[in-house]
Amino acid sequence: MKLAARAFPRRPEPPPMTRTRFDILLLAPLTAFAAAFLLLPLAELVLVAGRGRSGLAAYAAIVTEARYLRSLLSTVALASATTVATLAIATVAAQFLASRRFAGRNLLVSMLTFPLAFPGVVVGFMVILLGGRLGLIGGASEALTGERIVFAYSMTGLFVGYVYFSIPRVILTVIAAVEKLDPALVEAARSLGAGPFAIQCDVVLPALTPALFAAGALCFATAMGAFGTAFTLAARIEVLPMVIYTEFTLAANMASAAALSLALGLLTWIVLTVARSLSGSAVAAAG
Amino acid sequence: MRATTLMAGTVTVLVAGFLITPTIISILAGLSESYARGPREGLTLAWVMEVCDLYADTIMRSILVALATLAITLIIGVPAAYALVRRGGRLARIIEEFVTLPVAIPGLALALALIIAYGGSGDLRGSTAFIVIGHVLYTLPFMLRAVIAVLAAINWQALDEGAASLGASSWQRFVDVIVPNARPGILAGALTVVTLSIGEFNLTWMLHTPLTKTLPVGLADSYASMRLEIASAYTLVFLIMIMPLLLAMQFIAHAADRRASP
Repeated sequence: MKLAARAFPRRPEPPPMTRTRFDILLLAPLTAFAAAFLLLPLAELVLVAGRGRSGLAAYAAIVTEARYLRSLLSTVALASATTVATLAIATVAAQFLASRRFAGRNLLVSMLTFPLAFPGVVVGFMVILLGGRLGLIGGASEALTGERIVFAYSMTGLFVGYVYFSIPRVILTVIAAVEKLDPALVEAARSLGAGPFAIQCDVVLPALTPALFAAGALCFATAMGAFGTAFTLAARIEVLPMVIYTEFTLAANMASAAALSLALGLLTWIVLTVARSLSGSAVAAAG
Repeated sequence: MRATTLMAGTVTVLVAGFLITPTIISILAGLSESYARGPREGLTLAWVMEVCDLYADTIMRSILVALATLAITLIIGVPAAYALVRRGGRLARIIEEFVTLPVAIPGLALALALIIAYGGSGDLRGSTAFIVIGHVLYTLPFMLRAVIAVLAAINWQALDEGAASLGASSWQRFVDVIVPNARPGILAGALTVVTLSIGEFNLTWMLHTPLTKTLPVGLADSYASMRLEIASAYTLVFLIMIMPLLLAMQFIAHAADRRASP
């Protein structure tokens, strides 16, 4: 290699200055845009949050004020429940679908992934069609038991909507992870007499952990910040994004809205960053 | 083992049913004379026509916003991805991390920040451009990531050095060598950007004004105030718009898989 380089000297590299200057030129549009529409607005958000009536205490209000704390806790509970349910469903479905070829498999995978591009508002409408006042489940339950089951406009409806929203976003990641699993490990465990439950707990789940962690963090962060579904279902569900929206529009309480937004943004960012460093792979997001 | 497979299969089919059933109800409701009496009473396109009458402006605006967002993410994202890959190192990573923040921060918070910073300037606040800014903020990381991933996979260094040794200038190398070779990533990024932009609600709901409604904003309006048939027909219009984009994305992903494992 060295000999070859000596025998065929390359054209001299351009001086480092022009190289750097060209990189700066390439990055100029990005830098200008990010400075004007990301750095500056975020800085102003921090300032406005601290400039409110309560000053810097506005930042602490999310844990000191009962109403905010309650909404924070219920949002965390909802996001956690969504994540656990989605991961459980995705893990079962992925093991059924991975490395198995049968008629209708592609159809099933398409059915499980097509709501990928549904925004939260559309998911909210889907929940209304299932569990709303005129919904399918209400109609069926009325025909069967005489009682109309309506769950769409409550925390239950929100949970159903978030699971609906999350499954398509999680399932492909989990299928990919299951397909990378070494079938010899499962085979070995089985030949040693392990039952299906033991195989799940001791072999399959540990091997899937990094993928489940990455997908779960994404699912959790998205559920924390989601707004469209709650907005469609009811304005009375007190999840944190709805509280921020109410503070901003109805109460015109800019400082609180800003402080709560920052707290929420920081929380979701930390979850994603920690998950990424733990799982060691890039967490892709959408939604 | 048979029993567990059967159980897993049942769960999978039930979940698929849970996802598809409301979509089918919605499509049928949008095409039925009456939701209460069901599709057997007669199918009609009247609701879809009415939606096109009522909400044509939101549909056109969403297409316009998506195309403008795409153009800007291309102009900003493609050169920046190349520069970030070329430079590497800590500064490049910090820049990438920073501009990826809008993926992690909820849209509501971003929109609030934009309104606080620029809400006072009436011309911008009331214009569709304000929405485009929000959409670029949110979709740019996806364009960057798609292009960076392709550049990392194609050994851009060899191409770059080869072209340089033939006397190509920095700019020529970027336009004539890097961009054509990054085309699969640019295409995948572009499809993602357009799909996300057309469906974006969290930011847009805060950034829009009564004169700058997009399709998802109109959807939220119709869910709150219109009869179920119109809301369903409007949802159907939205599905028809995004389905080709989703299919194209899947097609590209499959093509990439086949190339990766021949």
